[in-house]
Amino acid sequence: MSLNYDLPEDANMIRDSIRDFAENVIKPQARELDAKEKFSPEITKQMGELGLFGFAVPGEYGGNGFGYLPYMVAVEELARIDSSQAATVAAHNSLGIGPIYYFGNEEQKKKYLPPLCSGEKVWGFGLTEPDAGSDAGGTKTNAVKDGNEWVINGAKMFITNASTEYSLGSTVQAVTGKRPDGKKEYSCFLVERGTKGFETKTMHEKMVWRASITSELFFDDCRVPEESILGKQGEGFRQMLTTLDRGRLSIAAMGLGCAQGAFEMAVKYAKERKQFGKSISTFQINAFKLADMDTEIECARNLLYKAAWLCDQGRDYQKHASMAKLYCAEVAHRCVNHAVQLHGGYGLMKEYDVERFYRDQKILEIGEGTSEICRLVISRCIGCYDV
Amino acid sequence: MNIYVCMKQVPDTEASLTVKDGKSINEENIKWVINPYDEYAIEEALKLKEKEPGSAVTVVTLGPARSESSIRTGLAMGAEHAVHIETDEYIHHKATAKALANAIKQDENYGVIFLGKQAIDEDSYQTHILLADYLGIPAATNITAFSFEGDKVIVEREIDEGAKEKIEMTVPCIVGATKGLNEPRYASLMGIMKAKKIPIKKLTLKELGIEDASIGIKPLKLYAPPEKPPGRIIEGELEDSVKELVRLLKEEAKVL
Ligand SMILES: Cc1cc2nc3c(=O)[nH]c(=O)nc-3n(C[C@H](O)[C@H](O)[C@H](O)COP(=O)(O)OP(=O)(O)OC[C@H]3O[C@@H](n4cnc5c(N)ncnc54)[C@H](O)[C@@H]3O)c2cc1C
Repeated sequence: MSLNYDLPEDANMIRDSIRDFAENVIKPQARELDAKEKFSPEITKQMGELGLFGFAVPGEYGGNGFGYLPYMVAVEELARIDSSQAATVAAHNSLGIGPIYYFGNEEQKKKYLPPLCSGEKVWGFGLTEPDAGSDAGGTKTNAVKDGNEWVINGAKMFITNASTEYSLGSTVQAVTGKRPDGKKEYSCFLVERGTKGFETKTMHEKMVWRASITSELFFDDCRVPEESILGKQGEGFRQMLTTLDRGRLSIAAMGLGCAQGAFEMAVKYAKERKQFGKSISTFQINAFKLADMDTEIECARNLLYKAAWLCDQGRDYQKHASMAKLYCAEVAHRCVNHAVQLHGGYGLMKEYDVERFYRDQKILEIGEGTSEICRLVISRCIGCYDV
Repeated sequence: MNIYVCMKQVPDTEASLTVKDGKSINEENIKWVINPYDEYAIEEALKLKEKEPGSAVTVVTLGPARSESSIRTGLAMGAEHAVHIETDEYIHHKATAKALANAIKQDENYGVIFLGKQAIDEDSYQTHILLADYLGIPAATNITAFSFEGDKVIVEREIDEGAKEKIEMTVPCIVGATKGLNEPRYASLMGIMKAKKIPIKKLTLKELGIEDASIGIKPLKLYAPPEKPPGRIIEGELEDSVKELVRLLKEEAKVL
């Protein structure tokens, strides 16, 4: 009777390969892409060739079918070097490919998944609106049936991967009527870019993920055929929430990787930097910071891998996904903060990657369920409000 | 063409090595990787295979059980077959070359054999030459460009100070790869998935007719380099300190 903490051999091979790729291909470009706020279709394509898109998708649709644990390892390794590229992979897998694979019909899967899994094209997930963030039920975008078409009106914002020539389209949640109980009914639509009445605009001047695309979507009497509905009418809200549960795992992996990268930079710098005739790592207050970082990263990794394992096993993982997202994001926050502190003034200069990590970390506590919303999910699972 | 790559597993270049019992290194906590020069060899073998329809690449590795992870990486990069000559024994290059030769000779139709020009752990630079000798075929090393034309191999080798030599070899032959030959690919996830299912052929030294792993060569001692003495700062007035520096360079360092 023994517990096994060794990862499967193929997960280790994936880690080695993605680490090499991230260090040799992404790292040399990351600072410039961040400075110029530039998305790199070349890196995205290379990541596609490596097989980084379609972890949950079987080979017949162009995925690799490895499952969530190897997916976590891959995102962690990318985020250890650069959050933007990790974001492209995490968002495209969990939010872009995910809903089409899990809820799409055969025709939709056959049509969209191969180009999305190869990395030639990316796909957006349009839930958030200017006035509906954490409260996804506040969606105002609506769709009205007209013959055998749906007419969509409304706007979405902060949508990753939705507005470049490499974006094939977006999954869009809209109100499609009222349920018998009087509550709003939501459905999701697969809307291709280029559809008349659908415009996208890239959002600029971001503090985080500057080499990842964030978009605004506008629907002005946008007509889509009946077949573009995802799954069945009225299933939209559940589809979006399930997608977010899985998505939280990949954001957690970004937090873990970001913390790990910051920790490694901090150890290296603290040992090299001398003040008062000694390496600053030998001052106990600094040494203990590094000890705390290492400990928290270890806990974060174990929690995340367990959540991913539950998901791979087909077990209930919702609470663990929120725990992992919450904890990994907050560990990343503390680790980048310590890492910059240890770098002193140099940590505030773009010449040091830790400066970018400091900025990039913040989104992890906000996107795909803020830390508050994650605590809300966990406390609901505990039953706090059932009194 | 049946293309071969001889690949060795070595400690990661960033691993900090310590000597154990004066003979070997401490293997605990070392990350093991494909010898970097062998990565160029694998890449070139894969490129040749992709150009020559009907070809296949076989990776041949001699080493302990742990080498299997590197063999799997070679397969994940795109090789079709693998042979693992498994041994825990200390084995010298000469015996290594003989074992590799005997393993490759089991295939009568072997074509080009790629190796790294050296393994970065022991830096003997001998294996490919000895292998060529045992197989009785031509070899060229320090190769920065490779092409296969009709029935011959044309390679460019780097010689002194960036000068190049272009030579032609008949096939089968041996190519010792070096940096600059190509950019090794990364193992893709699809490759890793495929590699999992490929059986690795296991051979022992005995099966390959190697009874004596040392073949006349015995390592006596392995030791770490002496620690560098700390730098010295010569203080004082400029004129005096320069004089003192010159004196030290003459008398102590004996470089002037
Ligand atoms: C770079 C980037 C990429 C993104 N990508 C996508 C994407 O691809 N698709 C998509 O749909 N969205 C995306 N988002 C949107 C993101 O998911 C939202 O920003 C997030 O859900 C929070 O919504 P909000 O910004 O409207 O904040 P709000 O919901 O307005 O929250 C403001 C504050 O109030 C708190 N709060 C709200 N409700 C409660 C409550 N009940 N209890 C306690 N506190 C509460 C929040 O925790 C937060 O601190 C992205 C955002 C960014 C910045």
